[in-house]
Amino acid sequence: MSATTAETPAPAPAPDTASAKRRSQAWDTALVTVLSFVTALVISAVLIAISDKQTRDSLQYFAHYPGDTFRYAWSAIWHTYQALFYGAIFNPHTAANGTMAGYLGPISETLTNATPLIAGGLAVGVAFRAGLFNIGGQGQIIIGAVFAGFVGFHWHLPAGIHLVAAILAGILGGALWGGIAGFLKARTGAHEVITTIMLNYVAINLLGYLLSVKGFQAPPYGQAIANPVDHNATLPLLLGSSLRVHLGLILSLAAAWLVWWLLKYSRLGFRLRAVGANPFAARTAGMHVENSYIVVMLISGALCGLAGVSQVLGTNPQITSDIDGGIGFDAITVALLGRANPVGTVFAGLLFGALRAGGPLMQQYAPIELVQVIQSLIVLFIAAPALIRSIYRLKTSGPSVGAELAKGWNG
Amino acid sequence: MSAAVQTEDLTVDHRVVDTSLSPRTRLLRAAAYAVLGLISLVWLGLDVDGGTAHLVFDTHTVSLPAKATVIVVGVVLLGIAAWQAVRGFGKRATPWVAGIAFVLFMVAFFCWVSTQGNNPDIDVVGLLQNSIGLSVPLILGALAGVMCERSGVINVAIEGQMLAGAWAAALVGSVAVTWVGLFGALAAGAFMGVLLAVFAIRYLVNQVVLGVVLNVLAAGLTGFLFDAFMQTDSEKFNTPGVLGEIDIPLLHSIPVIGPLFFEANIVVYLTYILIFGVDVALFRTRWGLRTRAIGEHPKAADTVGIKVLALRYRNVLIGSAIAGLGGAYFTIGSVGGFAKNITSGNGFIALAAVIFGRWSPRGATAAALLFGFAIALQNNLSINTHAIPSYFLAMLPYVATIVAVAGLVGKVRAPAADGEPYVKQ
Repeated sequence: MSATTAETPAPAPAPDTASAKRRSQAWDTALVTVLSFVTALVISAVLIAISDKQTRDSLQYFAHYPGDTFRYAWSAIWHTYQALFYGAIFNPHTAANGTMAGYLGPISETLTNATPLIAGGLAVGVAFRAGLFNIGGQGQIIIGAVFAGFVGFHWHLPAGIHLVAAILAGILGGALWGGIAGFLKARTGAHEVITTIMLNYVAINLLGYLLSVKGFQAPPYGQAIANPVDHNATLPLLLGSSLRVHLGLILSLAAAWLVWWLLKYSRLGFRLRAVGANPFAARTAGMHVENSYIVVMLISGALCGLAGVSQVLGTNPQITSDIDGGIGFDAITVALLGRANPVGTVFAGLLFGALRAGGPLMQQYAPIELVQVIQSLIVLFIAAPALIRSIYRLKTSGPSVGAELAKGWNG
Repeated sequence: MSAAVQTEDLTVDHRVVDTSLSPRTRLLRAAAYAVLGLISLVWLGLDVDGGTAHLVFDTHTVSLPAKATVIVVGVVLLGIAAWQAVRGFGKRATPWVAGIAFVLFMVAFFCWVSTQGNNPDIDVVGLLQNSIGLSVPLILGALAGVMCERSGVINVAIEGQMLAGAWAAALVGSVAVTWVGLFGALAAGAFMGVLLAVFAIRYLVNQVVLGVVLNVLAAGLTGFLFDAFMQTDSEKFNTPGVLGEIDIPLLHSIPVIGPLFFEANIVVYLTYILIFGVDVALFRTRWGLRTRAIGEHPKAADTVGIKVLALRYRNVLIGSAIAGLGGAYFTIGSVGGFAKNITSGNGFIALAAVIFGRWSPRGATAAALLFGFAIALQNNLSINTHAIPSYFLAMLPYVATIVAVAGLVGKVRAPAADGEPYVKQ
């Protein structure tokens, strides 16, 4: 890491100092991101060593053979991270088979896991930009999945039309659930963090109820699992039947492009950013702040709905009680890591998708919760760049993510 | 929220909340009572056939004519609604009236449930016992929230603090003796509190973001460490035992009240002390005045010489330790062992209780009891009847909180500086 640190460029005395400054700031951001990742991996390595039984046992004779402890610890850490890599990027053992699934399996898993994370991360990110904090991803994903799934198994339409209808239904469901929070915020000032958290639990219980109702629940009505979605309504696989990556990935990337365009070039995007930067100034400038809250929560909810769609029409075409799969909360970390900008969010989604994909294979060496630990540590450090800077003695200072969001319940 | 809020910050505002209710609020409250009354009269009243309801209190059974009771309750509730709409109730009377209306409605509801299933006995004391059991961790979590948020630090990490407490209580209780686990829980909660405080106060991280991330971290860490050795070596690391029941002499032999409140374990008694302690401390002591000052207007507090940041650190630590104690109730307080995600969202219900209880210890406790009651009702009634899907009862705390923050039943206002880091100029 020291090599990268040394390369930090001194701001060049170029004629266009503004763009040079922006470039150095971007560099600084990237550096903090990488260092956060590295720090998270280092702390997790300590946890892996602690959790390894051989290492712990060797501590009993540490005074006599300290080398053993370090060797065992190193081997545990190495194997764990290696398995994480094998599961997420490339696995030489399965590649030896020579099949496409062998070569591309891990990457396909990463992309499949990244698909809903990207959509969810965009949802949280776009709300961030308008100054709102959408913690309701879980609920919006559930409702989106319920809508999409219901259209998917209840209606029977020709191929193509059915898929489009189910996707739109899912997006609508998510938008509806997000819109409630936006509406309450605009009309009554109810803080969106509180309402979205509460709406999560309302959605969870609603799903629990639906999964116990005949017509929604799959026969023979013993398990909390919904009817399977029609084949016509499932998202087609992109790389053949042996790999799970599906059309949802393209939809998520398209959504990322759309959000990027919206925020950068559209009038609506400008209004949302203005409201996010300073609602009072935006109001003075004649913008309708309340309306913007409703609109952005509809958009945010719609994107979560898309995440729900990719879950229920793509990854596992039968709604279960954990259809959201923790994506709602991971989406928040994805958005923070991606600094609430669409391009960053895509990369953050890919990274966390990779961590999720590597988890199962890693499990033979370390408990799967390690993935959660790594993710939360990364975001914790990203959110506190001052801490990373003081650890690595960096001088430059850039804006911290979410600083503009430091507001209270009454804001 | 609006420009009005902005200008208010500039003036020293002594807002007196709720002396005269706005007509809108008064009518909305009246409407709430009217809805309860109409539910009793129309829905429950028409559905009840002429049977007798048996409400079982310990060894006594109260038998009520179901239909008549439901109708009487409905009429009384409509009367309360009418009075509320026309004259309104005073500030003092409001909680009592609300409480009485709630109890009356529950009686009507029990009468209805009693005639629905094949088992007409409603075990009221058992239900209340369950409610209190389920409320204890909620109350402790809510008190933690009150402690932090009154001093200006948003605590969304109650869930994580509880989870850490539950885990540490099980581990320490197994390695040492059961009751030592309590100290483990306090320490683990405080550790999560240190993270919250340092990142919020020192590094100025957005406190909601922070809370969410700390919850994930706590779930990840406890899950990881549970898998790593508590599960494989559960004999040694995950058999903490359960805290013994302590009967308070004399008090526990009072019928109904005794078994409800005075036959419990140490965590429950600590909860009583903490409810009282936090309430008195917050409103009757110098510490409380200072805490409320740094939560409302840290700059003013700083000007008169209060060490804002130090007090915030201290309060967040104490608060988080209380949440950790609440977590201990899940392991050594009830089932005697840790399982992944054992707090299962209770921290978020506690957060809801903080807000629903308007950031006051008494209010938060009442809200936690109400939510605990709703959960107990859901558990107990699913045995008696399937007429109401338990999922809808489970939604109740959350919907109630949404209604509360939307200002439909009166204004909910957080401490003014809640969530805003204080940077000395």
